[in-house]
Amino acid sequence: MRPAPSAAAPDRPRVALFVTCLVDLFRPSIGFAAIRLLEAAGCTVEVPKAQTCCGQPAFNSGDRATAEAIARQVLDTFEPYDYVVAPSGSCAGMLRRHLPELFDTDPVARERASVLAERCHELLGFLVDIRGLKEVASHFAGTVTYHDSCSGLRELGVKAQPRQLLLGVPGVDLVEMREPEVCCGFGGTFCVKYPEISTRMVSDKTADIAATGADTLAAGDLGCLMNMAGRLQRQGSKVRAYHVAEILAGPGAGTATLPGIGERRR
Amino acid sequence: MQPTSLAFEAKAHAALDNPALQSALGSIKTGWQAGRSRAAEALPEFEALRDRGRDIKNHTLQHLDLYLEMFETKLAAAGGQLHFARDAAEARATVLDLCRTAEARAVTKSKSMVAEEIGINEHLEANGIERIETDLGEYIIQLRKEPPSHLVGPAVHLTKDQVSDLFAEHHGGPRIEDPAALVAEARRVLREKYFQADIGITGANFLVAETGTIVTVTNEGNAELTQGLPRTHIVITSLEKLVPTIDDAFTLLRLLARSATGQEFSAYTTLVTGPKRPADLDGPDRLHVVLVDNGRTKMLGTALQEMLRCIRCGACMNHCPVYLAAGGHAYGWVYVGPMGSVLTPQFAGIEETHTLPNASTFCGRCEAVCPVRIPLPKLMRHWREVQFEKGLTPPTARYGLRAWGFVATRPALYRAVTRAAAAVLGLLGRGTGRFRHLPLAGGWTQSRDLPAPSGTTFMAAWAKQAGRPSEPK
Ligand code: SF4
Repeated sequence: MRPAPSAAAPDRPRVALFVTCLVDLFRPSIGFAAIRLLEAAGCTVEVPKAQTCCGQPAFNSGDRATAEAIARQVLDTFEPYDYVVAPSGSCAGMLRRHLPELFDTDPVARERASVLAERCHELLGFLVDIRGLKEVASHFAGTVTYHDSCSGLRELGVKAQPRQLLLGVPGVDLVEMREPEVCCGFGGTFCVKYPEISTRMVSDKTADIAATGADTLAAGDLGCLMNMAGRLQRQGSKVRAYHVAEILAGPGAGTATLPGIGERRR
Repeated sequence: MQPTSLAFEAKAHAALDNPALQSALGSIKTGWQAGRSRAAEALPEFEALRDRGRDIKNHTLQHLDLYLEMFETKLAAAGGQLHFARDAAEARATVLDLCRTAEARAVTKSKSMVAEEIGINEHLEANGIERIETDLGEYIIQLRKEPPSHLVGPAVHLTKDQVSDLFAEHHGGPRIEDPAALVAEARRVLREKYFQADIGITGANFLVAETGTIVTVTNEGNAELTQGLPRTHIVITSLEKLVPTIDDAFTLLRLLARSATGQEFSAYTTLVTGPKRPADLDGPDRLHVVLVDNGRTKMLGTALQEMLRCIRCGACMNHCPVYLAAGGHAYGWVYVGPMGSVLTPQFAGIEETHTLPNASTFCGRCEAVCPVRIPLPKLMRHWREVQFEKGLTPPTARYGLRAWGFVATRPALYRAVTRAAAAVLGLLGRGTGRFRHLPLAGGWTQSRDLPAPSGTTFMAAWAKQAGRPSEPK
């Protein structure tokens, strides 16, 4: 269901950027890239100051009370907007698919959460499916392979959208892994609860990446990217990792080329 | 069977270091996983069929009492007898009783996961009754004295070489390497046993309420011989195998083989309605169905009810990256992979098994392939909630989450904490842009570098950009 656009500017929806805790802390450039893309897609972007986290770590650890407390904070912060967009399939999946579940015993909050959930989107899905963005003004020289992060792919159907936009970027050569849809082994706290299994999974993934011959890895979730980039770098690989939004938005006016994830800042 | 699930991590560690096991598990990808995707693609109505499968099972579970009564009546009318067992001990006692009444010394048995669940194998042996497994995989693990490691392929953890060694050791004679010859040899040994058995024990894939029919599928035809040759046939099965009609059973059969192995249909589908009738040429004189509850009725009406739709196809484990790395035995009980991580805590208690629902990245592939659309990640999360409520979550994680929650519900505090963390970590990681070691992050840095923050948070950097709206007006 598409919500009614805000009365003020029917063609220019007010979009709240859900920054995500990892982007906020580790890689602000993804947030800025998301804003540039959203603006290119005709949105007015705002960044609500009261935002923190989507509550997923607590939700997936079985701590319902904490997850619910954070979810109330999300409701209060994001309700005023036409859309809420996150540069992460995992956080967007939490908002869109799981937020209402958290209020089993509070019908009023549950209804509010259901209405809000409908307006929450993952960045690439939003740009292409809701805003009809067909191409972006960017340039990137590289052979790129794209990893489908699990929540974006299986909870939200993000698969074709990032590829469609990447293919329109001059200089990008897109090559597919043998198993782009297989989990990279991150899994939030899973990677520290079961580090050996996680290492095995991410090693399978980096082998798949290496086999493509790509020099650049792109994905839509910083958690997965940190996992894969961290493993690639530990293995001495030269493959560089970027959030797909960073490639699509270009480096931005006045900024030098962006170092890849885990690379030294220049 | 006493669960050893708490040793999941240690067993997974051993599994990762076991090249034979890893090579055996690798063949699941190229075999059953690839088979399932080919089969699903080749059938245009496959997704619609999954919806129907889910609906049939949901309907049956909603009216379980009705269909149970119907099945019992029809089974009795056909000359069979139903024995209801509330738990594993009662089920074992019933089966042993039936064996004693038949004065059985030897039983042949085809695959039944419920038989494993109630621990009938050890019980029969402890009571002096010889048991011969007739499913090739089950026969192999019987020789190795191991539990099954997969729903469909109980010996999937073994390579052909290991089977060659095993047969040479147990059958005598030269070591055979040709797969077909290995199968032929197992057949030869098993053939003799079929005729010596006093009782044949099988499982069931479906119990058809409208006719009292028991449906079993195999790829070896061993269920037919197991149930058709001895004088007595015992079916060890469970409540959730009930379906209303034969049509329903066939709808689910269309899903089962495709999801399990990629076959359109299993090689043998056997329908049995009652024991031998006067005009029949063969068949058992007596047919007993031991219907096991063992906690299933307790799942009705709870979040776990959806798990009772399971048709034991194994697709969830075939597609699970954790199962494919750790192997089935790491799960430490009868049921393995994602479905085992949901069922085992129910049967064996969360206290002994809380490692299992945590052994998932929630990648969702299991749910994406489950023929009856069981939301396995959601059900694993349910167990994590139970674990948390019972205080079984490690204290560091509990307090960590609570502290995180405290900060995350106070935006100003959150800003201050993240700004400080970004500044400190940014400074420390300035040289290389990443960390090879970091205190408290050993789980991460033992095998990967940790990208360093850039020094400022997004929120701080954004706030510096003047003239941009950052709050609703
Ligand atoms: S949970 Fe679903 S996929 Fe797994 S065995 Fe059961 S029916 Fe098959």
